[in-house]
Amino acid sequence: MATLNLSAVTKSFGASTVLHGIDLNVADGEMIVIVGASGCGKSTLLRIVAGLETPTTGHVAIGGREVTRLEPADRDIAMVFQNYALYPHMTVAQNMAYGLRIRGTPKDEIARRVAETAGLLGIGPLLGRKPRELSGGQRQRVAMGRAIIREPKLFLFDEPLSNLDAKLRVQMRGEIRRLQQRLGVTSLYVTHDQVEAMTLGDRLVVMHQGRAAQVASPMEVWARPADTYVAGFIGSPAMNLLGGTLAEGGAAVQLKAGPLLRFPDGPRAGGDGRPVTVGVRPEHMLRDGEALVTVALDLVEPLGSETVLHGTLASGEVLTARLPGMVPAVGSAMPLAIPAEALHVFDAESGRRLDA
Amino acid sequence: MDRKVIFKGRALPMLLLLPQLAVTLVFFIWPAAMAVWQSLLQQDAFGLSTEFVGLDNFAEVVADPAWRGAAANTAVFASSVAVLALGVALFLAVQADKAIRGQRFYRTMLIWPYAVAPAISAVLWLFLFHPSIGLIGRALNAAGVMWDYQLNGNQAMLLVIIASAWKQVSYNFIFFLAGLQGIPKSVLEAAAIDGARPLRRFWTVVFPLLSPTTFFLLVVNLVYAFFDTFGVIHALTRGGPGKATETLIYKVYVDGVDNLNLGSSAAQSVLLMLFVIALTMVQFRFVERRVHY
Repeated sequence: MATLNLSAVTKSFGASTVLHGIDLNVADGEMIVIVGASGCGKSTLLRIVAGLETPTTGHVAIGGREVTRLEPADRDIAMVFQNYALYPHMTVAQNMAYGLRIRGTPKDEIARRVAETAGLLGIGPLLGRKPRELSGGQRQRVAMGRAIIREPKLFLFDEPLSNLDAKLRVQMRGEIRRLQQRLGVTSLYVTHDQVEAMTLGDRLVVMHQGRAAQVASPMEVWARPADTYVAGFIGSPAMNLLGGTLAEGGAAVQLKAGPLLRFPDGPRAGGDGRPVTVGVRPEHMLRDGEALVTVALDLVEPLGSETVLHGTLASGEVLTARLPGMVPAVGSAMPLAIPAEALHVFDAESGRRLDA
Repeated sequence: MDRKVIFKGRALPMLLLLPQLAVTLVFFIWPAAMAVWQSLLQQDAFGLSTEFVGLDNFAEVVADPAWRGAAANTAVFASSVAVLALGVALFLAVQADKAIRGQRFYRTMLIWPYAVAPAISAVLWLFLFHPSIGLIGRALNAAGVMWDYQLNGNQAMLLVIIASAWKQVSYNFIFFLAGLQGIPKSVLEAAAIDGARPLRRFWTVVFPLLSPTTFFLLVVNLVYAFFDTFGVIHALTRGGPGKATETLIYKVYVDGVDNLNLGSSAAQSVLLMLFVIALTMVQFRFVERRVHY
């Protein structure tokens, strides 16, 4: 159990820079989820923490000890890989015991800890099997067992659930979270799945093109996205982003799509005419209200308890709305209301959030 | 997807199989059958009469101290060649697997010796180790080592082992490199995170995962050492000095071609054939069981 500190970590492969200075302080026992689209540098960041890659510049410290140039073996960490990376020629018990054997742990202690960990994960009956005789979910458990048996300072997870089917993924997600809370081990979890990120993390690091776009709790990221990338990435269906300009001295926004919306939480900086991007989540759209826009529907997805509508506004911008209940097909166009209190305002150029 | 082609009649498939069957028959089955037949016959010294003697040739061969000597030579020779060729190839393959720059160049250069004919490779080694004209041979003598493989049987054996192993290193190298590249990188990374240093990683993860490859190559190398090293031995030592480098296959040649004792020579080659058949069968059994994933 330990803290983890990254300061100004950068990584370049030849001429291409994949990490542009990442700073991150992880508290003892905290679970941090690094989330981002593929190619955003999240796996590279995890591999730098693991010691499988060396940062081009910057420092990594685990438990206050500088480990930037240390081998993975000297960092006292454990990692769960996407493809599990079990040793194919060893049994489940041998797989779990490998790290302990290398550290010269006494045999009876190894046996005790293997039995204990297997019990914890419910893989006791599998101890004599080889990895090829296990199902995906069982392999996943063994990989977890191999990680926790050593009682490392830090857990690293590299998309551990992405090779499982949807049902198992939900189940394992819950188990990982329970286990992590019970053991209280500081963890770093990499995923591209925003649901995993929202449910697992104490805090999220949303990565975008080698930068940490936002580091905050899941609810904070959802409720107050730091920029348009985060706004569009977290939440499903993705947040609607509409163009507009400030009006009434910054107290309102004139949407390209038509309506004028007054900010209930106060005026934004910048004068009239400052171009902004306005975000509104599909689930916040209303069937009735003051600021109505007309949506030319091109797809209606009834999901039972709710209906997702996809369409185009008069301004040519696309809009998605998620409305409760069944929405009767009323023709090719329908009016929807944008609630002013659910607006997110971003600078049109930089994409940064503008607060009142 | 089922890619099997179904022929209507039987004539066309038969016709298509014929060339391959003919080649197998003429170049493999027929000579092998002839050897078996010959091994049961005995000719007089002038080749005027031939009589059927049953298994007498075999009994004679097995009881012959010269044959036993050749068998002992072969055991030393074949195991040394296999171990040396496998060890060197594995070492080189591990290095090539690590190399990031110039890997293709390195690989190509290492594969070349396989394309060299046995006699030519033997001449290469001769130019290196000949006591009076060889580069290394002269250097050894100048350094005070009494080096003359034409007189010293152990040195001759060493030389044919090195020359034979050198040729096989390329072949082994290709297989080992492919085997190494087939090991998932994440498994090695997992071992590194589990705390294993490179050497430990090699012996506890890499080597066990290579064991099917290693076993396959061991059999191939033994078969190579038994049969395909005739050219090297012939060009370097002709089985000498004395009979120090006379292996079983070389003795088959000497007895059959030089001494014209066809019955004995055939019996010896049948024994060799049986040995290799046994080796191949063991391999098939074993390799099937030892594949890890």
